[in-house]
Amino acid sequence: MSTLVIAEHDNGSLKGATLNAVTAAQALGADVDVLVAGADCGAAAEAAAKVAGVSRVLVADNAAYGHQLAENVSLLIADVGAAYDNIVAPATSNGKNTMPRVAALLDVAQISDIISVEAADTFKRPVYAGNVIATVKSSDSKKVVTVRTTAFDAAAAEGGSATVEAVDAVHDAGISAFVSEEVAESDRPELTAAPVVVSGGRGMQNGENFKLLDGIADKLGAAIGASRAAVDAGFVPNDMQVGQTGKIVAPDLYIAVGISGAIQHLAGMKDSKVIVAINKDEDAPIFQVADYGLVADLFEALPELEAKI
Amino acid sequence: MKVLVAVKRVVDYNVKVRAKADGSDVDLNNVKMSINPFCEIAVEEAVRLKEAGTATEVIAVSIGDKACQEQIRTALALGADRGIQVETEGSVEPLVVAKLLKGVVEKEQPQLVILGKQSIDGDNNQTGQMLGALTNMPQGTFASEIAVDGDKLSVTREVDGGLQTLSLNMPAIVTSDLRLNEPRYASLPNIMKAKKKPLDVYSPADLGVEVTTHLTQVSVEPPAERQAGIKVESVDELVDKLKNEAKVI
Ligand SMILES: Cc1cc2nc3c(=O)[nH]c(=O)nc-3n(C[C@H](O)[C@H](O)[C@H](O)COP(=O)(O)OP(=O)(O)OC[C@H]3O[C@@H](n4cnc5c(N)ncnc54)[C@H](O)[C@@H]3O)c2cc1C
Ligand SMILES: Nc1ncnc2c1ncn2[C@@H]1O[C@H](COP(=O)(O)O)[C@@H](O)[C@H]1O
Repeated sequence: MSTLVIAEHDNGSLKGATLNAVTAAQALGADVDVLVAGADCGAAAEAAAKVAGVSRVLVADNAAYGHQLAENVSLLIADVGAAYDNIVAPATSNGKNTMPRVAALLDVAQISDIISVEAADTFKRPVYAGNVIATVKSSDSKKVVTVRTTAFDAAAAEGGSATVEAVDAVHDAGISAFVSEEVAESDRPELTAAPVVVSGGRGMQNGENFKLLDGIADKLGAAIGASRAAVDAGFVPNDMQVGQTGKIVAPDLYIAVGISGAIQHLAGMKDSKVIVAINKDEDAPIFQVADYGLVADLFEALPELEAKI
Repeated sequence: MKVLVAVKRVVDYNVKVRAKADGSDVDLNNVKMSINPFCEIAVEEAVRLKEAGTATEVIAVSIGDKACQEQIRTALALGADRGIQVETEGSVEPLVVAKLLKGVVEKEQPQLVILGKQSIDGDNNQTGQMLGALTNMPQGTFASEIAVDGDKLSVTREVDGGLQTLSLNMPAIVTSDLRLNEPRYASLPNIMKAKKKPLDVYSPADLGVEVTTHLTQVSVEPPAERQAGIKVESVDELVDKLKNEAKVI
């Protein structure tokens, strides 16, 4: 038995999500190899080789994989993955984009967003916006899985000494091309891995007012998130959306400000350890999941909170 | 240019679905069913392409039992020209949906297939990508903007880091994200007109597809319940609780 983990990286460094996927892969009980597909991705491969518990790192370094185009990378993974029993990737936008394509190429199901490994063929995963946890069993000979990173601890980034081997196969489908990207620059921790998340909703009223969250986030070392309503209204960019169809977070502390608590939002944050809600409507559903609820006008509460923490 | 749109019948997004007490399945008795919200966005985008003169025909396809004809009619009321139902007993897995859609693609030869990014019942986020692999078409998933430019499709995608723009050869596959558009409401006259639009029914065998099962649901359970919390009276009390009780700051 053997398991191939697909690394999440930006060529120069390995992303934390890979470490959670490695832990999930180890739960399958087989040797764990990591595939790093990218362009000039040697540094990411070296980082992967240091991850505790990894046996081999396979590096496919080619321009065709530079922007993680699903058409190309899925062909590579299906090719390299043919020798493995399990193929595991974090449920990042890359993982979600590529892995179903891999599964279809291999004519097997893909199991999305697992939160636990019950047995080598049995997994738990949330469905219906996290209102139900389903246990599913696969009858495929090969398991293609994406992992909800917040449900698995990160493997140690140091301490391993995997061998690094080059994969020469080049798969360029030639049907898609990267044009450009707009990457949000931020000095704050990554939303999905931050120990504290402060999120704003429609109650923030506009993008300018999100600055009221900055000082608090600075003091707490927090990432800033948002509800769909705040993103749709253009207050903040899409990569800040927390929820069923946005990012899943589970920090030690989640502070929801001016967010009503729709099930689609709760799906993305209700596994947080401690939840604080600040909302002027005492009947807002967010208070049903909040450990500490403060019924207040956010425009008064936020400056005071910033001053007192 | 023909555009094919895949629409799925799902539990309405306002319904809080629960597991049955015996854990055998979810309780879907008498719950409201609707078109998957992401599919509604997909239909809207296709109809806008037609209104802009880019698309000539919009075909809505759904896979499921007879009840899913209701969602095809919804798509027709929103402006799709005709419908196709692939009749299956109950719901089938994304891989099988993708195989059946491939069969429809081979029959209809669309230049563009638009799906939702995710069905809000199974939260799979798979079908469009699988269809891409099976048809060897490129994909623009989680799309917030698309533009047809000759035989290329420009797609802006919502990704973890922000936005990414790709150029895809056509025929291509797009899966819609929330910001692609804001769907219209169907007017009463259009709902009436939709009843008369053509709707063909195929069986999986008509499309040469065998319905297979790869996954079985062993059981379902409610998620871990959160302990009921408290309301604090002031910011001071909140800060005190976070420092001294929860010890998170
Ligand atoms: C297919 C689909 C997918 C979705 N996916 C997501 C998702 O991933 N993430 C997500 O968040 N949503 C998602 N939604 C949307 C979700 O249903 C809600 O519409 C959304 O979460 C509401 O955002 P909100 O709480 O900011 O806005 P509202 O529901 O409008 O709530 C605003 C809150 O702010 C409070 N408020 C206003 N002013 C003040 C003030 N001065 N001080 C204090 N409080 C104030 C109000 O009392 C209210 O409770 C999805 C919906 C659909 C249909
Ligand atoms: N039974 C179905 N009939 C038609 N389209 C479907 C069906 N299942 C999934 N789809 C399409 O695939 C998208 C993604 O679904 P999923 O992969 O299940 O999350 C949906 O938004 C639909 O566009």
